[in-house]
Amino acid sequence: MEWETVIGLEIHAQLATTTKIFSGASTAFGAEPNTQACAVDLALPGTLPVFNENALRMAVMFGTAIDAEISKVSVFDRKNYFYPDLPKGYQTSQLFYPIVGKGFIDIELEDGTTKRIGVTRAHLEEDAGKSLHEEFANMTGIDLNRAGTPLLEIVSEPDMSSAEEAVAYARKIHALVTSLGICDGNMAEGSFRCDCNVSVRYKGEALGNRTETKNINSFRFIEKAIKGEVERQIDILEDGGRIPQETRLYDADKDETRSMRSKEEANDYRYFPCPDLLPIVIDDDYIDAIRNALPELPDIRRIRFVDTYQLSDYDAGVLSAYKPLSDYFETVATLSGDAKLAANWIMGELSKHLNQHDTDIKNSPVSADQLGGLIQRIKDNTVSGNIAKKVFEAMWNEGGSADDIIEAKGLKQVTDSGAIEKIVDEVISSNQKQVDQYVAAEPDKRGKMIGFFMGQVMKVSGGKANPGQVQGMMKQKLDALCS
Amino acid sequence: MLNKTLAELAKGLEQGEFSSVELTQAYLERIKNEDSKYNSFITVTEELALQQATAADTSRAAGNATAMTGLPIAHKDIFCTEGVRTSAGSKMLDNFISPYDATVVRKFNAAGTVTLGKTNMDEFAMGSSNESSFYGPTRNPWDTDRVPGGSSGGSAAAIAAGLTPAATGTDTGGSIRQPAAFCNLTGLKPTYGRVSRYGMIAYASSLDQGGPMAHTAEDAAMMMNVMAGTDPLDSTSAERNVPDYTANLDAPLTGLKIGLPKEFFSARLDPAMATLIQTAVKEYEALGATIKEVSLPNTALSVPAYYIIAPAEASSNLSRFDGVRYGYRCEDPKDLEDMYKRTRGEGFGSEVKRRIMVGTYALSEGFYDAYYKKAQQIRRLIQQDFIRVLSEVDVIMGPTTPTPAFKLGEKTSDPVDMYMEDIFTLSLNLAGLPGMSIPCGMTNGLPVGLQIIGNYFAEEKLLNVAHKFQQATDWHTLKPAGL
Repeated sequence: MEWETVIGLEIHAQLATTTKIFSGASTAFGAEPNTQACAVDLALPGTLPVFNENALRMAVMFGTAIDAEISKVSVFDRKNYFYPDLPKGYQTSQLFYPIVGKGFIDIELEDGTTKRIGVTRAHLEEDAGKSLHEEFANMTGIDLNRAGTPLLEIVSEPDMSSAEEAVAYARKIHALVTSLGICDGNMAEGSFRCDCNVSVRYKGEALGNRTETKNINSFRFIEKAIKGEVERQIDILEDGGRIPQETRLYDADKDETRSMRSKEEANDYRYFPCPDLLPIVIDDDYIDAIRNALPELPDIRRIRFVDTYQLSDYDAGVLSAYKPLSDYFETVATLSGDAKLAANWIMGELSKHLNQHDTDIKNSPVSADQLGGLIQRIKDNTVSGNIAKKVFEAMWNEGGSADDIIEAKGLKQVTDSGAIEKIVDEVISSNQKQVDQYVAAEPDKRGKMIGFFMGQVMKVSGGKANPGQVQGMMKQKLDALCS
Repeated sequence: MLNKTLAELAKGLEQGEFSSVELTQAYLERIKNEDSKYNSFITVTEELALQQATAADTSRAAGNATAMTGLPIAHKDIFCTEGVRTSAGSKMLDNFISPYDATVVRKFNAAGTVTLGKTNMDEFAMGSSNESSFYGPTRNPWDTDRVPGGSSGGSAAAIAAGLTPAATGTDTGGSIRQPAAFCNLTGLKPTYGRVSRYGMIAYASSLDQGGPMAHTAEDAAMMMNVMAGTDPLDSTSAERNVPDYTANLDAPLTGLKIGLPKEFFSARLDPAMATLIQTAVKEYEALGATIKEVSLPNTALSVPAYYIIAPAEASSNLSRFDGVRYGYRCEDPKDLEDMYKRTRGEGFGSEVKRRIMVGTYALSEGFYDAYYKKAQQIRRLIQQDFIRVLSEVDVIMGPTTPTPAFKLGEKTSDPVDMYMEDIFTLSLNLAGLPGMSIPCGMTNGLPVGLQIIGNYFAEEKLLNVAHKFQQATDWHTLKPAGL
């Protein structure tokens, strides 16, 4: 019998509003603890929530982008539980009447086919604050800056059957919310977090008990956590055990999930409609206006990248998935006039550097203008591809335009044929042994042997000699010796 | 200059008979000398009062005085007052100095009133006798062995004892009208949404409503001119223009249709009180009104429905009192759970704990439909009863309470008996309708209140109906012996 994995995801996307969902406090990340928590966020006695309509607009944008049903009437409910970083003792959320109903999203599988993943619902809710355990001996610090930050919780159907599919789905949602501009997508700062519901069963049998692994904040961890969890569950079941329905945590350091609380210990959240907030009532005009004003969606952009820039499907997929990356690419492509080269540099050298420095395209020390300028210099033969990497390195570390760096470091390619001839002659005269071998060789073997002389010329010229010119001249001179 | 109505005091200030500082000093003096008999104030804000009075006199001298400038009032200790302890009658908030003003307080301050202090109340407004206050029971100036009613009993006793000419109150199930009836005052519970709830510590959010308590309908109208209006900080406040409530007080009542619900004249009503209500109705006939018997068949269901909905909302509203951010925290908590349990166990009184437990139970998984949902259905039935009757008559009249003021301790051992005290007042809160209580006679030396119920936002009509009665009778001018 064959095992089958069933996966559903709950994604929490922080909405990119400037103020909180129910108060006027700022949502900016990284401020001093409790400096961005107003009376409402602190849940002072007597305070009341006022709904931020921007959060509604963003939720409806998401809903229309996935062709979902949008609720004309949605209602906020209170989810009651005690926790120190939950100031009111309840989270305002939407249980019974969420703003976004059933929709779907298509993911591309490795074999090139697409698979449709159902979105069950997406609802608005407020984030909690943070409990800080490390800095205070025997005490817990509470930072309520994040309390009240708007979240869109996007709940999928259990339509995914592998970790790879789950990651493809999560990436697709990430591409969508960042393209819509409704979420900054910063996973390290917790702007985009994922709960993974995983169960396994023998193919064709009834659904098994599922576990929920909470708050995973990278695509790599999603994949690892699901794979580990699937393995764990299969091991237990094959040993004749059963899977308790429970909430688990993923420990990235140990690369394993561990139990947080079982279903039996679960809270009774005592949901009921929040009497401090009126139902949200919207009409078709409101929804249509948002639908008509949607920005370009990643799938559309991917097709456009293939059509306009003649990119491969793969390159277009990568570059269209994240709005800031797409914008960066288009700027570089336009400036340099060479989309293929632009794509190669962004997905190669730039991505490598971003990954190494654990930073995002939005914070890239090399701007699209700078990279575009560099590619121009490759195109007009001012620098070779290898020298361009040195220029890029300098740009990354010290800033400056390609022209300034090439000038300052004297990296300009040598194209003066007199100068190149001098080096070629020098190499020929100082490598008599290799010249003799060349002359003695069969004519069809000589082509390969020329590489040695090329390398010598580049070495002497510090890589600056124009490779095309060197090749032509070297071949001409060596062949002259043979006759 | 004491023992006058707000309107009379306003005239005295205007005509320069006394200054606001003199008036304020006189009240502060009387509070100092007399309040030990009644315990009607939790906090006397002497310094603030004199500061505000001085500012009012300055403003008047500059020719900037408006209707309420320099008039002393008191606020129920449920309205947050910046820089002043705001306790809600609870040990939980005994150390809570509010950093902000409730909208109602802010509006009164802007209108130039003088805050004499914060009045005693049932803990978190849960009670009908003021006996559940952490600061000890308030006594009724008409008979200090008796309760002043609740939960705005401190405001009522303070006015009746001549310690303030008027005060704010809040009414969730009768908490303005019942103490007004017990203390021979005029009290108005406005339509839900007419007065902002921002900064009014929540008991049951869908029922709570602030309103004025004073000697006369004219005074209540003056206060409503300050209190009423849309508040962007309260999503449930009504977006509706505010009339000048004093403009039509004298409109004739010719053709006024009064409905008398037979359910309000049940066996539970004290026979002597029934006679006084009938006499008052005859007075209205003399003023040109016509009388019709009507039926509100679901009145009896209002007590059980209220005692599900109000505790359910309260159980959630009071979750924020957890010892984490402000208010009482138990000493030396062992761990988080111990802190929660002891903080709330020690900080709340028994009636509050009873209602939290009832409400928590009613919202629990598996009971929600049977209790909370059913209660909401009953609420709609009650509302429909009123809407039907108010399409046939202009106002509904009946008793405010089934009995006059009872003795301290008389009902504390039997919560259900205490809850039945609110049988005639609760249904208005469930329907969201406005209602008043005005003095209409005495039985065995104790005041009796006539309740007048109007349609949504018919406060102007109610005040007119009450004012005409007060022009024709002098029940409202009666004072307790010795005053």
